[in-house]
Amino acid sequence: MDHILDNISILTAAPVLNIGLLIDGVLIGSIFALAAYGLALVWGVMNVKNLAQGDFIMLGGYITWSLGRHHIDPLLGVPTAFVLLWGIGWVVYRLVVSKVITRDLFTSLLATFGVAIVIQQSLNLAFGPDTQSAHSGLPTLQLAGGLVTVSVTRLLGFGLAVLLALAVIVFMKGSRMGQAIRATAQDSRAARVLGIDTEKVYSFTFCLNAAICGAAGALVALVWNVQPFLGTTYSIRLFVIVTAAGFGNLPAVIAAGFGMGVFEQFGGFLLGAEFQQALIVILLLGVLAVRQWQYLRVRQAVQ
Amino acid sequence: MNLITRQTLPYVLILIAGAFAPFLFRDYSNEIAVLWLMILFASTWDILGGQMGYNSLGNIFFFGAGMYICAIVQIGLYYDVGMYTSGARTTHIVFTTAQYFTGFALGTIAAGVGAALLAIVAGWIVLALRGPYFAIGTLGIAIAAAELTASWEWVGAASGISMPVFPYGPETQKIFFYFLLFSLAFVLLVFLRWLYSTNFGLALNAIRDDEEKAEAMGLHTRRYKRTAWAISALFLGMAGAIFGNMTGFIEPRDIAFPTTTFNLYMVVMVLLGGKGTLWGPVIGAVIFHTIKEVTWTYFLGWQFIALGLLIVITIVYFQQGIVGWLTEKYPKVFAARAKREPEPELGAGLAPHPEGAE
Repeated sequence: MDHILDNISILTAAPVLNIGLLIDGVLIGSIFALAAYGLALVWGVMNVKNLAQGDFIMLGGYITWSLGRHHIDPLLGVPTAFVLLWGIGWVVYRLVVSKVITRDLFTSLLATFGVAIVIQQSLNLAFGPDTQSAHSGLPTLQLAGGLVTVSVTRLLGFGLAVLLALAVIVFMKGSRMGQAIRATAQDSRAARVLGIDTEKVYSFTFCLNAAICGAAGALVALVWNVQPFLGTTYSIRLFVIVTAAGFGNLPAVIAAGFGMGVFEQFGGFLLGAEFQQALIVILLLGVLAVRQWQYLRVRQAVQ
Repeated sequence: MNLITRQTLPYVLILIAGAFAPFLFRDYSNEIAVLWLMILFASTWDILGGQMGYNSLGNIFFFGAGMYICAIVQIGLYYDVGMYTSGARTTHIVFTTAQYFTGFALGTIAAGVGAALLAIVAGWIVLALRGPYFAIGTLGIAIAAAELTASWEWVGAASGISMPVFPYGPETQKIFFYFLLFSLAFVLLVFLRWLYSTNFGLALNAIRDDEEKAEAMGLHTRRYKRTAWAISALFLGMAGAIFGNMTGFIEPRDIAFPTTTFNLYMVVMVLLGGKGTLWGPVIGAVIFHTIKEVTWTYFLGWQFIALGLLIVITIVYFQQGIVGWLTEKYPKVFAARAKREPEPELGAGLAPHPEGAE
């Protein structure tokens, strides 16, 4: 308890530290928002809650890290991970997701949890359980006399995340495939009647989501670190974001992503890094409890 | 009166098998004890997952909670817990025989009751959630418990607690804990047989089949859901207390709240055996545990990948489970059983797999 109060007093004594935390939170939040967008997409279109989301991110991160280890600029990891994860997403879709898409929701949840375990254990076997990070070799900016530091990598990551998100949004609004995806999300049966190959749409959506996760993972490896078992934490984070925002509400999903980033920076600073995972999970329970409370209120009116 | 009827026969067989197994297969008595634990896991999971249609991914929470409650009671009765678990402790602490057994008995009871109370509290947070939200919410509870326990200094944080040492030799210890787990599993199976035959069991099935309708028929669904979870937690908590003492060392992430091993085994075993049946979870547990024990050592680090694949394959390609598959394949055998149900016209409504249920 004492160190929490100490940390609060540090923040009030040096308000400029708040700005540093805020900037970091927003920069990292952009990555969360990107991956949460992918989760919301699959959730909305296919009604599948992908628990392997965080592990796709870790896969993307490890691809980037491996590039860096072979003396290739890790920034190239973003497109590489995007393309490779597209392929992995396709394999997962063919073998697992396409088989459970019509079943009840717990089935798809558990099936993707199984996929998540396979991915994290494979990463553990291939790369070992150590925490890894790709170094882009870019400098760190010192602001406000060194009290606020902003790494150029994080800025760049933020820029790339925004760019990718914009590209996806433009794609969804403009292209034929984007229209088909949105139509399927609204009513898959009607979409089928109108001649949309929903099977293809599902497959495309899942691959796109995996690819987005791959790119997000590449950014994670650049600005943060990757570790085989961190995937579950990411999945839960994204689930919190999407549940809190509602999956049909994309601006809210993106806002919640940023909110999550900022919340975590402050929470981590106040409580200490060892509580980070617990903090996210407790936030999940909080969000679920609020949702349940709203649900109960609706039912009260019915009774 | 003929005691051995069709209904009691499985229990008599289990009783005989359970009583003689540790003496016939002396070298494997620990593995067989864990098999009873697995049966406990699968059957308690099925109370909610199969009978009530609430798929929990966090039942392991009650197992770990029971383990820790028991440890705290056992130690706290005679010593200061913070001192006992402190890493800097140099004194050797010995429990006398009387102290050990008093602590263990009280601890196990406290573990069961405590876990049941925790289920009521947790149910207040998550039991109004449906389908995947419930699954994720319960998974969240289990992960939160593991993480918070791992940073709680008073109970030894991530380095765990060395439990009080069993006062007799290792052979006695093996047999003692074997029979505790076996009796708990046996009591659970008898209890579940009775529970599923009561109105309470029917109410659980009604909640699974259509919760809104069940509520409209005047069932207090929330009360039923909470009670069912508390029953599940009671047995899991006691199992946790016994298992904690059996292994002699408890630790939050891999022993007390292992979200990706025991926690998932429960679900896989039930799905493998057949959801929503009394014997499905037992059969699933026996098959899963046997396969796991026989093959695990040959996988050399690949065992968890194999586990993930097993989950995916069971879920994707074999969801009706062994008992469900048998029912489809040999309907006559099971039709004969259905006649023994007190209310045969309900038989259709009790079918284990409502398509598209959430």
